[in-house]
Amino acid sequence: MSRTQEISLDTVSVRKKRKNKDTWTIIGFIGPAFIIYGVYVIYSIFMTFYYSMFNWTGIDANMVFLGLENYVRLFQDGVFWTSIQNNFLLVIASLLTQLPIGLIMALLLFSPIKGMRLFRSVYFMPFLMSTVAIGILFIFIYEGNYGLLNAIMGTIGLESLQTAWIGKESTAIWAVIATVCWQFAPFYMILFRATIVGIPEELYEAADIDGASGWQRFKNITLPLLMPIIITSAILSVIGSLKYFDLIYVMTGGGPNNSTELMATYMYKQTFTNFNMGYGSSISFSMFIIAFVVTVFILLGDKSRRGNE
Amino acid sequence: MMRVIKGIPLYLLAIAILIVTGLPFLIMLLTSFKGQMEFMTSPWSIPESFSLDNYLLLVELEFFGYFLNSLFVSVVAVAIVIIISAMASYPLARLKFRLNRPIFILFMVGMMIPIHTTLVPIFILTNKIGLYDSLFGLIGPYIAFALPISVVIFTQFMRDIPKELEESAKIDGCSHLRLFWNIIFPLLTPAVATVAIYNFIHIWNEFIFALVLTNSSQNATLPIGLREFYGEFSVNIPGIMAALTLGSLPLLLVYFIAQEKIVTGLAAGSVKG
Repeated sequence: MSRTQEISLDTVSVRKKRKNKDTWTIIGFIGPAFIIYGVYVIYSIFMTFYYSMFNWTGIDANMVFLGLENYVRLFQDGVFWTSIQNNFLLVIASLLTQLPIGLIMALLLFSPIKGMRLFRSVYFMPFLMSTVAIGILFIFIYEGNYGLLNAIMGTIGLESLQTAWIGKESTAIWAVIATVCWQFAPFYMILFRATIVGIPEELYEAADIDGASGWQRFKNITLPLLMPIIITSAILSVIGSLKYFDLIYVMTGGGPNNSTELMATYMYKQTFTNFNMGYGSSISFSMFIIAFVVTVFILLGDKSRRGNE
Repeated sequence: MMRVIKGIPLYLLAIAILIVTGLPFLIMLLTSFKGQMEFMTSPWSIPESFSLDNYLLLVELEFFGYFLNSLFVSVVAVAIVIIISAMASYPLARLKFRLNRPIFILFMVGMMIPIHTTLVPIFILTNKIGLYDSLFGLIGPYIAFALPISVVIFTQFMRDIPKELEESAKIDGCSHLRLFWNIIFPLLTPAVATVAIYNFIHIWNEFIFALVLTNSSQNATLPIGLREFYGEFSVNIPGIMAALTLGSLPLLLVYFIAQEKIVTGLAAGSVKG
């Protein structure tokens, strides 16, 4: 065997060894995260689909196989359709309120007003408060007799509009949506603010030299540079709205008369209040499918938009 | 920087938003110092005397147990998330292997999965392994749902670390494990802060797992405790406001101390997600 051959054989075996060693490193490093994620998330999704094919209380061992019957029932269930409708109403309202208000808040934080530290601190506070606390607090704000909102309306002469905001079918969903906006607009504010900070000052200086107005500067510099983060925010907002639960559960429990029901609250009700684990699972699996389809849809849309640029 | 809206209207808008965001907090705080009678007669006025009775009642009711529970669950879950997601990100960001991309995508998909889709199986699983109604039962799901964003943040960050750093160590015969702990991990500090802040806020305020997986008051976390308290004392509105104030205080205090860090951390986390 020539010397060169010897060396090359050697490198091959070293490489093999290294590859082998790498495999164990990879397994060792990814393993712990993968096991926890696999058990709690991936396995659970399959199990949800499995459970959704049974009539089962979840308490006793008696599981009756139904196939896809729960889904047929779901399609005919008016409350489920109401909840989907509310979820999409929340999606649209979130996009139309949280993002623009978040943007306005972010822009205000760059304007030459005094007491900026106070504005900045207070603007962000709602996002840090626990949703349960927000829910309880807003129950009192919307309360019909002594609630803050009605008190304010009384002071400014709008007595005729006073009402029990979350006690009435026609107003409850809007009252809840306003609260969601109150909670999440600050979150988008920070995302936008972080991006605006990164815009090079020279761009504005150049615009100043060209004599651009404030609006022109916003339209031609700030907004285009914010576009990627606006898209990200929109995705976060849509996905978040589709799986929304906490606030509605605390504030209205889906009522009055299912008028604020969301897929998640209805799922919770069927599963843990009525003990229809099988039926509840078919609702939660549908949520997964809807969230999945919507995400794919958004990502494809985003991709084609980027492709066009 | 940009003056789309100028002068007085600008101020008015800024103040209007300040009132809408701040007023609920102010009312909550002020009401918490009132007696029940005072609240009945003048619900929205400034309290006559700042009485701490409502807070003393909370101490008596051992409201602080909820704090300790939330703190325990959050700290343990966040610490484990940091370690295992940083470890998982190392091969995903730095090594070439066949399943690299699929595994990364599998983790990423987790960000759009509604927690509710996993709720029933996790409930049954937690029961089976005997962790129902224990704080340990919450830690697993919290870790699992914090992993996707954490892995994304860590891998993004690790890809930016220059390769030369580890190459010299490799020549010296350094193992991957030592390389990771001694060279890579210390460089991750900013990413660790982001991951910690992002997940801490979410886990501290998490509601539905705590609602489904625990049952007794001694295992209730803060959000559950607040809701329980609201259910029991719904007539005592100043008392509830004291509970809400106390319940919101920890995160707000931390925010006022480390404002910039939290804001940039959160922004970095979501932008990269």
